[in-house]
Amino acid sequence: MTRSSLLALLLLCLIPSFAMAQVQEEERPSDDPVIEARLAKLSRELRCLQCQNQTLADSPAGLAADLRREIRAQMKAGKSDQEIVAFLTQRYGDFILYKPRVTYTTYLLWFGPFVLLLGGLYVLFRYIKQRRDSILEQPLSADERRRAEELLAASGKETV
Amino acid sequence: MLKYLIPLGLFLVLVVFLAIGLTRDPHEIPSALVNKPAPTFRLPQLKDETKTFSAEDMQGKVWLLNVWASWCIACREEHEYLFGYAKSGAAPIIGLNYKDRREDALAWLGELGDPYQLSAVDFDGRVAIDYGVYGAPETYVIDKGGTIRLKHVGPVTPDVWSQKVLPLVQELNREGTTR
Repeated sequence: MTRSSLLALLLLCLIPSFAMAQVQEEERPSDDPVIEARLAKLSRELRCLQCQNQTLADSPAGLAADLRREIRAQMKAGKSDQEIVAFLTQRYGDFILYKPRVTYTTYLLWFGPFVLLLGGLYVLFRYIKQRRDSILEQPLSADERRRAEELLAASGKETV
Repeated sequence: MLKYLIPLGLFLVLVVFLAIGLTRDPHEIPSALVNKPAPTFRLPQLKDETKTFSAEDMQGKVWLLNVWASWCIACREEHEYLFGYAKSGAAPIIGLNYKDRREDALAWLGELGDPYQLSAVDFDGRVAIDYGVYGAPETYVIDKGGTIRLKHVGPVTPDVWSQKVLPLVQELNREGTTR
């Protein structure tokens, strides 16, 4: 390996660290560890609207960084988590919440599965009961009883 | 017979739900701000830093707020259409230059032309948060009383303009000043 290619390799290794430095430069974490802890917790419950399958905590999008900055500023100003969530939902709607609120529009979402479970249990129990009743509550006719005894007697001979 | 019809019925219901789901764009988030007062702001103007623009300056007019940036690719697609909309005289279009750099924004307008009555500068995206912006371009229709009446996310294509925006703007223009 020549000296110049070695140097190139070394430089290549440095590229990721430059990229990291740039990202960190854009977003300054607060020097208050309490705020950072609160932000970490709160932003995991919020959706990034630019890349919708990521939380605000994970998203590298510019908007997510702006919103994190806004949340830090509001926490520093003494706002409670509820006040900050209210601020965000006023602007972005309930969609920003990862955990949907329980309102009349989301009743089906929250309670639908339980209704389905109860419905399924009801159908299952009815089926089992019907099946048991149909077995138990049909006494054999005299003809059937004679045939059954014949069969039992026949199998008795074979096995013995 | 019923035994077979019930699962078939359930299957068809599922198909209908999924078919409707496929036609919907998950990026279109129902805006929480429609029919709410447009958030107030005062920002410096792009072309003349010494002047400012405020949403209140447009009181009594129906106007469009168009969020754009030089880094935004869909904005470039939309840009050429804006000239026609501005020329139609339906409503003044105010630009909100979103998280951009002044020299980039000015170069962009220099290259592609400037359809805006003026552009206000929101470098840190703070005003955009108040407006619930989550992806440029976005366009807001604001009525004479300062209420947001429509939010469109994505480029205002000629179809969107003629079917959604223009009819609303014309209707709002006919209305008297509310409040």
